[in-house]
Amino acid sequence: MAKRVGMEVSLGVSEAVKVADVDVIAAYPITPQTHIVEHLAELVANGELDAEFIPVESEHSAMSSCVGSSATGARTYTATSSQGLALMHEILYIVPALRLPVVMTVANRALSGPINIWNDHSDIMSERDIGWIQTFAENGQEAFDLSVHAFRVAEDHSVLLPVIVNLDGFTLTHVVEPFEILDKAEVAKYLPPYKPLQRLDPEHPITMGAVGIPEVYTEAKKQYEDALVRSKSVVIQAWKEFGDLFGRYYHPVETYKTEGAETLLLTMGSVSETAMTAIDRMREAGKKVGLVRFRLWRPFPFEEFFEAVKGVKTLAVMDRAMSPGGPCGPVAAEVRAALYDQPTRPKVFSFVAGLGGRDVQVSDFEEIVSRAEKYAEKGAPATYDLIGVREI
Amino acid sequence: MIEQDLKDFQKITQKSLPTFEGLAQGHRACQGCGEVLALRQVMKAMGPDTIAVSATGCMEIITSSFPQSAWNIPWLHVAFENVAAVASGVEAGLKAQMRKGKLPEKKIFIVATAGDGGTADIGLQALSGALERGHNFVYVCLDNEAYMNTGIQRSSATPYGASTTTSPSGKHSIGQNTWKKDMPAIAVAHRIPYVATANPAYHLDLMNKIQKAKLINGPAYVHIYSSCPTGWRHEIDKAVEVSRMAVESRIFPLYEVIDGRYVLNRNVKKPISVADYFKPQRRFRHLRPDDIAHIQSRVDADWAALQQKVAGTNPAPPEPEAVSNKKEE
Ligand SMILES: Cc1ncc(C[n+]2csc(CCOP(=O)(O)OP(=O)(O)O)c2C)c(N)n1
Ligand code: SF4
Ligand SMILES: [Mg+2]
Repeated sequence: MAKRVGMEVSLGVSEAVKVADVDVIAAYPITPQTHIVEHLAELVANGELDAEFIPVESEHSAMSSCVGSSATGARTYTATSSQGLALMHEILYIVPALRLPVVMTVANRALSGPINIWNDHSDIMSERDIGWIQTFAENGQEAFDLSVHAFRVAEDHSVLLPVIVNLDGFTLTHVVEPFEILDKAEVAKYLPPYKPLQRLDPEHPITMGAVGIPEVYTEAKKQYEDALVRSKSVVIQAWKEFGDLFGRYYHPVETYKTEGAETLLLTMGSVSETAMTAIDRMREAGKKVGLVRFRLWRPFPFEEFFEAVKGVKTLAVMDRAMSPGGPCGPVAAEVRAALYDQPTRPKVFSFVAGLGGRDVQVSDFEEIVSRAEKYAEKGAPATYDLIGVREI
Repeated sequence: MIEQDLKDFQKITQKSLPTFEGLAQGHRACQGCGEVLALRQVMKAMGPDTIAVSATGCMEIITSSFPQSAWNIPWLHVAFENVAAVASGVEAGLKAQMRKGKLPEKKIFIVATAGDGGTADIGLQALSGALERGHNFVYVCLDNEAYMNTGIQRSSATPYGASTTTSPSGKHSIGQNTWKKDMPAIAVAHRIPYVATANPAYHLDLMNKIQKAKLINGPAYVHIYSSCPTGWRHEIDKAVEVSRMAVESRIFPLYEVIDGRYVLNRNVKKPISVADYFKPQRRFRHLRPDDIAHIQSRVDADWAALQQKVAGTNPAPPEPEAVSNKKEE
């Protein structure tokens, strides 16, 4: 039976991994991911979860062990943050190439330097092109639900790709929220046991991880790119079935008060809740503003995004990462590129805020919207604005 | 414990050589490669119920150029420095699924192989982690004493005095100016149940060591001398000869460390000289007689130290019972 709990979101994620009945967890601790893996270690130690917990000596080895485990057909999970994700970088590209449905939680945290343990999206934005399906959770309920959904999508035979569920470090991982957790029997109705198409098996020997010579490398890349693009329909279908079973429906792009809006804010992750409050205030003041946020980041939800911004004049994109020396924040760059060929499109302005745990307040969103509206008339003075930076 | 693990051990003899080939012919190794010879012997001894994991390096490249593959057993390659971690995952994956009834209960052996670079340098951390955690797998280091796959660059296993492309001999350089890292000793320091050195010129010894390594529960580390005609610049028909000389000169002694106890497998009573060993290999050609004498003294000292380890870890034979000289009265 589904149970309503008041629980730290990290523990909620571990509970989702438990009810998904994973076989192997290989993980290395890093703030703010620690509570997730500590709780999983505890669940294994108590016998509440029958799994092998490999306490690896680095994140590089965590992801490498996940590859080995998943290649035997085991349901496999890990979690990390920031420097840990960066240390995995080399192996991350190999997982989708081997078509292994590993699931990972990334508790988003700033990348060094300077070293900083707090939240932004610089870790994950450096991993845009790894070929994983990527979703972003906004609150505790989503963190739980998206974790269960991740296994379902990853292991679908028409997908067979790894999935990252992003959740903001501290501002989401470490808060206690009320949400509903499903039990193992309920999840079993939604998530069948993983049946690998191929696995390492002495009865049927296969070669995995062969050399891709120039004559085959491009085709190999194309195959998993195609699988990633195709996965969108499975992602959406799996959300629909989740909704039909458990009553909570999710979509690749969410909108809030976009009816009749001339200016839209675009966000990802937990700041979206603050952004909604800002939208409410601005709406009350008579401004025609709304909010759009990406829940699905890879594969990029083109159609859903175009639909969400249709008829809008100005789009203010808030990034939680920088692209030093580049044209704008990484999300803004993607959005601009996606819109470029559209016959009509909003003007896109790039704002970077909330770096390394800097608080983003309602007033910051109001500031972003008013600047964007001004720039739409008079042009932007810079490639992007860094919000809240103190002049030294 | 170990005796129990080895109860099914059947010594491989010249007459009972396994006909099974985990690694097929037709791979792309250089002519006369000693490393692929060792790898073939390893896979013969591992047998068909094996999953092999390879690190990036010569052996991975030459066996797996898609759409061809030389592997008759399930095989996985991921990257250069992580083969021990990948093997850890394979072991855990099988263990969990068998325990949970998702896979039939069956003995499947796991072997991880890497070169000296993938073992002693970039892969050392992953190896140490896997040995310390106690996964049940066999780790094989195929030591050809340099990064051969990328063009003969030095590694920490390159012997003192060898000329490589990143430790070239020259007017101001003897070539490699550091002593070879003692990888087996590092493995022993993890207190794993089985560590051994092997050499494909002693193929029965090698295969029997692999057999023990796979049967013994827990991690096993086997360090295998692997000559490389391309990188060492010896004639392509000399791999076995050079390999044998490495043992006969005491440069690469054959021993096992079973639960911490050292066993010398070949007591070389009348060694050939280091100079003799160097002669067929042009990587040592630039060395002067005093350089060689210096290396010889180090080899002598290392041999003595190994003998000490053997003596120090084997209990002295019991004192013969005191026999009275006095005649019965
Ligand atoms: C992270 C990383 N660094 C460097 C390389 C390039 N590289 C591939 S194989 C190799 C050397 C392999 O040497 P060794 O492990 O001794 O194996 P061998 O080829 O000699 O058998 C190097 C440096 C790589 N593939 N990955
Ligand atoms: S370079 Fe050396 S080790 Fe590599 S395949 Fe050729 S002979 Fe063998
Ligand atoms: Mg080498």
